[in-house]
Amino acid sequence: MKKINSEIIRRAVAHLCIEANIRLRKDVRAALSRAIKSETNPRAKRFLSQLLDNARIAQADKIALCQDTGLPTVFVEIGRDVNTQGLDMDRAIQKGIEDGYRKGFLRNSIVSDPLLRPQPPKFSPGVIHYDFGLYRGLRITVLPKGFGCENKTQLKMFTPTVPLEEIKKFIISVVKDSGPDACPPYVVGVGIGGSADQAVLLAKKALLRPLDKCSSLKHIASLEKDLLKKINQANIGPLGLGGRTTSLGVSVLTAPTHIAGLPVAVSISCHALRSASVYFK
Amino acid sequence: MFISNKKISTPLDEETIKSLKAGDEVLLSGEIFTARDQAHKRLVEMISKGVSLPIDLKNKIIYYCGPTRTAPGRVVGSCGPTTSARMDRLTPQLLQIGLKGMIGKGRRSDVVRHSIRKHGAIYFLATGGAGAFLSRRVISAKPILFKELGPEAVVRLVVKDFPLIVGIDSTGRDVFEMRTSFTE
Repeated sequence: MKKINSEIIRRAVAHLCIEANIRLRKDVRAALSRAIKSETNPRAKRFLSQLLDNARIAQADKIALCQDTGLPTVFVEIGRDVNTQGLDMDRAIQKGIEDGYRKGFLRNSIVSDPLLRPQPPKFSPGVIHYDFGLYRGLRITVLPKGFGCENKTQLKMFTPTVPLEEIKKFIISVVKDSGPDACPPYVVGVGIGGSADQAVLLAKKALLRPLDKCSSLKHIASLEKDLLKKINQANIGPLGLGGRTTSLGVSVLTAPTHIAGLPVAVSISCHALRSASVYFK
Repeated sequence: MFISNKKISTPLDEETIKSLKAGDEVLLSGEIFTARDQAHKRLVEMISKGVSLPIDLKNKIIYYCGPTRTAPGRVVGSCGPTTSARMDRLTPQLLQIGLKGMIGKGRRSDVVRHSIRKHGAIYFLATGGAGAFLSRRVISAKPILFKELGPEAVVRLVVKDFPLIVGIDSTGRDVFEMRTSFTE
């Protein structure tokens, strides 16, 4: 059994916060490069190049890719061989977020009360999701998602007999509703099944999957492909000024659900999809 | 079809504003002021109470932006635009007292569009999510108002060749309404 202490967690989370915010994910960079090649609208092409420039500058200057360094969301997968006895995991993670955001000169964007909104905002708390599954080791992933796109999240509770076309229409409508506002080209995370809360979480988790991978389920992979094609016909394009690059990828996760329901959640990510992960064996 | 890389500088005069059409690309130099949700709320509350504003917005440009913190030796942090639509509710009151320009990202409401037209103002788009890129176009940054708001404080930025697109021109034409014409 491995023993994990709070100092290891704190340091790892701090590092991940900085890493995610400053270095654009490799798969996202690759997707932008591919989009530049396939884009036919010259202005859209230019904006896409600007986004790659932005990624280069962020890394060179050690500065955040985007001023909205998000509400850090932390996914923790705790394997059965990991001993966390006596460890205050919550505290270690929140302290790690504070350290990382302070050290990385990231933005303090969190208000402790959603209605009173005391000022100035703070670095923490982030949102933490724990998962005790059939894993080995410990994996921590930080997703500092900005709120321009988080505000575009939608959930719809469908009935079980609804035609698949209706579900597709809904997912595409969420992208169209986002329009030029949430920094297109988007990455579209979709959660289908489970309960309402689980569907929303799945939609967000879907954003963690590398963009060059598709679902391992055949019917879902084909749904992803079809959605991507249709979304890229919407002519929203980079900055919302048109072009065939409206989405860099669609990722769908599913879960078992109830005989009476079919929840579908959509989590929109801006093109600056940021996450970083560490694995302890 | 569209002007590109036209250099303009602050303060924007009427002639310059009138010459710019939705879809034109410009490089802006001069001073702009960051202000987002909470700063807007405070300013508009002051206006409605009849209190004189601690900042003169006449003929000025507001940038919807809350930069990351500035590292030592740097001018400013990452500083791209935030979603403009959140400021829609509070924008007409600022245009009423003489605000001339706004920089942000995304669509504006019809009310804002009409207000822009009425006051001969202009709305620019900056590249969303390119805060690192844009930070290199900032020469100086100084928080001047509502400092207790942290990232939402009003900061005076001096920019050089800050790349923008005209989103809504002074006649009320909206670039997002003419999007199909962009597909060359």
